[in-house]
Amino acid sequence: MQYLISVIDDLSKPGSTDRQPAIDVFNQRLIAEGYWVFAGGLADPDTATVVDNRGDQPLLTDGPFMESKEYLAGFWVLDVPDLDVALRLANDASRACDRKIEVRPFR
Amino acid sequence: MIGVEQALVGAHRAQWVRIVATLARRFGDLDLAEESAAEAFAAAVKRWPRDGVPPNPAGWLTTTANRRAIDRLRRDHLRNDKYRQALMLSADPEPEPAESIEDDRLRLIFTCCHPALAPQARVALTLRLVGGLTMPEIARAFLVGESTMGRRISRAKAKIRAAAIPYRVPSAEDLPGRLTGVLTVLYLVFNEGYLATGPQADPIRPALTGEAIRLARLLRELLPDDGEVAGLLALMLLTEARRNARLSTEGELIPLAEQDRDRWDAELIGEGHRLVRECLVAAAGGGQAPGRFQILAAIGAVHTSAPSIAETDWAQLRALYDQLIRLDPSPVVALNRAITVAELEGPQAGLTLLDPLAAALADYHAYHATRADLLRRLDRNSESRAAYDRAIELAGNTAEIAHLTRRRAELPD
Repeated sequence: MQYLISVIDDLSKPGSTDRQPAIDVFNQRLIAEGYWVFAGGLADPDTATVVDNRGDQPLLTDGPFMESKEYLAGFWVLDVPDLDVALRLANDASRACDRKIEVRPFR
Repeated sequence: MIGVEQALVGAHRAQWVRIVATLARRFGDLDLAEESAAEAFAAAVKRWPRDGVPPNPAGWLTTTANRRAIDRLRRDHLRNDKYRQALMLSADPEPEPAESIEDDRLRLIFTCCHPALAPQARVALTLRLVGGLTMPEIARAFLVGESTMGRRISRAKAKIRAAAIPYRVPSAEDLPGRLTGVLTVLYLVFNEGYLATGPQADPIRPALTGEAIRLARLLRELLPDDGEVAGLLALMLLTEARRNARLSTEGELIPLAEQDRDRWDAELIGEGHRLVRECLVAAAGGGQAPGRFQILAAIGAVHTSAPSIAETDWAQLRALYDQLIRLDPSPVVALNRAITVAELEGPQAGLTLLDPLAAALADYHAYHATRADLLRRLDRNSESRAAYDRAIELAGNTAEIAHLTRRRAELPD
């Protein structure tokens, strides 16, 4: 069972910026325990470009698809047996990166 | 005919959760388990009056539910994977060993009370899948429409499936926290029955308190060595024991001090006291320190041991509230401790302890009702009246509103 573990940051109250060493340790553990599928940190939301090619011609818009205080700052994709394991890892992830975490199953 | 009806009710009480729990493990699908169990009971309602009660009602229901589940799976092409096909080969499974049925029931309880579900959904799912209440019964109990309750339960079941909430007793590491969650759900059910809210609600709903007690008994049977489980059951019994004395014929709530103690249920009190003693012995024997529910049960035991309000052991109560507040430093516990202190040291001492709670409990009717009562005892009548007004405004229980209204009317001008 795969889950998207999203890191939620808050523009008005960002998490601390010195978390990389803790995140590296956490990632090593995910790999060692066989849960790791993929992960990555994202650049600021205002570096995003929205593409819409459903109409006559492609439309490009500068900025994220939704303006909000809270935004996706990074994510893990984990392969774990069930939600209990995912939630336990999410607890540790939240501690490691000092940010809120959303756990969402893949279909 | 009466025999058949009794057999049906008895079988539902005794077998519902076993059947749902076993089917849920066997087929890995709560929806399927619930619907097949419901169909088996519906079939019994139709056939037992006609054909007579089968010699082994539990076996009949289990077999029928299993067959219904397999019929459903056969109809459902989406579920046609190999694992389930293999399960379908044996329509009449070997009887399960008792131990695995107990485990199944625990699994079901922990799944229904999973912390990833919304609290309201946990309560509704537990009443439906563990308690076997029907959707209309649950909707009525919580004063929401049937379709709202139906959506709440379906959404929770869909999340259990999609998010892979495991059908499992939590690991030792997670167990204490998860068990507290289960106890909280049962206590919520009990309280909603004991002090029902809402203008259309009956002030006391014995169906809900009775169901909560039944579920707490089940949990105690499954986890006989857990002090908090015993504590919760004792707390419910000692509270339920006072039910008949709590409501006047005019539908007014009667406070503890004015209750006719002869109307308390001696049998429930006896059982509650035995459980509290067991907890005390276990804690004294070097077991785990008593948790919140054991302390609340001990408080209930002190109240129900007193032949009259005047003979209540208030010093013992204060010691218990001191212990509770260390565990749960919430303003509501502080409020109850202040009431005890007022009995020991007088109303002024109680009021002094209430003042710091004013902001936190500004919207809590019991805070204002307590203040009103203490102010009344100090002859500060106009302040008392204002506090009664606020308490009445905030109270949700019709019997409690009636009581507060009478108290306010009795204040001298």
